[in-house]
Amino acid sequence: MSSFVINRRGLLTAAGVAVSTLPLSGCDAFDGLLGYGQPLRDFLASANGLTYRAQRLLIPADRLAPEFSESEIRQGQRPNGSTDPTDPTYLALKDQAFAGYRLSVSGLVQRPLQLSLQELQNMPARTQITRHDCVEGWSCIAKWTGVPLSRVLDEAAVKASARYVVFHCFDSMPLGLSGSVAYYESIDLIDARHPQTILAYGLNGAPLPVANGAPLRARIERQLGYKMAKYIRAIEVVSDLAPFGRGGGGYWEDLGYDWYAGI
Amino acid sequence: MSIASKETGSELPRKVTIRRHGVATRLSHWGWAVALFFLLFSGLQIFNAHPALYIGQQSGFAFDNAVLSIQAIRSEDGDVRGSTYLLGHRFDTTGVLGVSGSRERRAYSAFPAWATIPSYHDLATGRVVHFFFAWVFVGVYLSWLLASVINGHLRRDILPGAADLNALPKTVLEHLRFRFDHDGRYNSLQKLSYAAVLLVFFPLMILTGLTMSPGMDAAWPWLVDIFGGRQTARTIHFIVMALIVGFFAVHIVMVFAAGPLNEMRSMITGRYRVDGSHSDGGSGHE
Repeated sequence: MSSFVINRRGLLTAAGVAVSTLPLSGCDAFDGLLGYGQPLRDFLASANGLTYRAQRLLIPADRLAPEFSESEIRQGQRPNGSTDPTDPTYLALKDQAFAGYRLSVSGLVQRPLQLSLQELQNMPARTQITRHDCVEGWSCIAKWTGVPLSRVLDEAAVKASARYVVFHCFDSMPLGLSGSVAYYESIDLIDARHPQTILAYGLNGAPLPVANGAPLRARIERQLGYKMAKYIRAIEVVSDLAPFGRGGGGYWEDLGYDWYAGI
Repeated sequence: MSIASKETGSELPRKVTIRRHGVATRLSHWGWAVALFFLLFSGLQIFNAHPALYIGQQSGFAFDNAVLSIQAIRSEDGDVRGSTYLLGHRFDTTGVLGVSGSRERRAYSAFPAWATIPSYHDLATGRVVHFFFAWVFVGVYLSWLLASVINGHLRRDILPGAADLNALPKTVLEHLRFRFDHDGRYNSLQKLSYAAVLLVFFPLMILTGLTMSPGMDAAWPWLVDIFGGRQTARTIHFIVMALIVGFFAVHIVMVFAAGPLNEMRSMITGRYRVDGSHSDGGSGHE
C-alpha cells in the first residue's frame, strides 16, 4: 500500500493559510444585506412562519409547558425590559395601589368588559411554577398566580371573526432617536386559550411587584419573555395585526424580532 | 470500485480516477458548509446577548451555577478589560473576548465583531439568520441520513467496523508521522471522526437547539430531562459548537495535507485520483 508524505513546513503553511482566513469570514460582509426591510432579511425571516406552522402542527393545542416544584424556585424573578414605568396614567394608578385600575376588554367581543383588579382576583385562579425564558438566553423559575385569559375571553364572548388577542400596556419604550411608544404584544387564539396562559397578579406568593409588571401581566408559557406583556392596560380582540404599531404585532416585532417566539 | 477515467500514462505509480463521493454526499457536504458558516456566526451573535453559560434548569442570578461568562470589567486603574470566567478560573482576554477592536473603536461584546453576523449587536437579526439556517441544516441532515441509510453509505463508509478499530493504532502512528493513506477509502481515523460529527455532534446540536425552544419543551418534555435542564442544553450546544469548529480546523488542515485540488475536486465532481495499485482491490465505493 503506497502512501504519500508531506513535509512539516508544507503542513504548517497550509494550517497558517487556513487560520488566517478566519478573521475575514464573519466580519461585516453581510451587514448591508441584513438591514431591516432588505429583501434578503425578509426572506430569511419567513422561516419564522415555517417554525410557527411546524410547532402548531407538532404541539397539541392544550399541551402544557413543563411545571416545576417549589424547591426549584431559587431566586426572585429577574425583571427585564420596563421595570418602573413613569407614564402619568400609570403613576396615578400606582399611587392608589391600583384601586382605580380597570382592565378594558374590547374589539371583536359580544360584551366589552371593564374589570377591576378585585373582580379579576375573584375569578377562578390558576397558580403555576414555570420557567421564564428570555430571548437573550437566560431562564428563571417562578410561581405565577392569575386568572386564565380564556375565562376573561369567555366572559366577553369572542366573535367568530377573531384571530388574535392584542395586549396594550402602560409602559412606554424608546422608538427611533427621541420618540417613544407604548408597549404592545399579540398572540393567536390558540395561545390565548391555552390553560397556562394567565393574566398574572401574583408572583411567588405575593402581589405582583411593579418591576415584574403590576398590576397585571401576561404569562404565555410556551413562548419567550418578550411576548408576555407587563403593565397590561387593555385587551383587544382583533382579526388583523396591521393597524397596530408598524404592523409587526408587537413592540419588539416592530424592531425586527420574530412574532412567533416559541423558539 | 468503478474506474471512471483513463490511466495517466506509463510512469509509476500510475494514477487512476475513481468515483469517490456520491451526489447525496456532495450536496449535503456543501449544504452543511454554508449552513454551519451562518449558524456559527449568528450563534455567537445570539450568545453575545447574554454571554454566560449555566448548568441546570435556570440561570443563577441569586446563586452561582455559571460555568462560563465573558464580561468587560473596569479595572482599578480605570482601564476596561475583557475578562473571561471559565470553571472557577478568570482570564484576561482583552482584545478578543469581552473587549475587542482598535483603541479608537472599542467593542464591548463577548465575541468580537468579526465573529458575529451581523458584525454589530443585533440579536433579532442574529436569530432570524440562525433559525433560517437551522431549518436548512436539519433539512440537509435528514435527507443525508435517509439517503445514506438507503444507499449503504452510512454502513459502508461511516460506521467504523472491527477492522477499523484494529487498524486504529497503526493509522494514528502514520498520521503522527504525517504519512497519509491515499486509496480513496476512509481510514479508521476518518471513519471515527466522521461518525462522531455526523452521528453524535450534529444530532446533539439539533436536539440541544430544540431544547432551548419553550414550544418544543411543551411538545417533547423529555428533551429537558435528557439534557438536565434548558440551561445545561444551552451549555452543551455551545460545547458541541466548539467541537465542530475544532473538527473544521483539523478537516481543513487535512484537506491541504492530502492534496487540496484532488480533495476539492472529489467533493465537487465526485472524481478522485488514486494510485493505480489500489484499483484492483476493495469493494464498490462511490
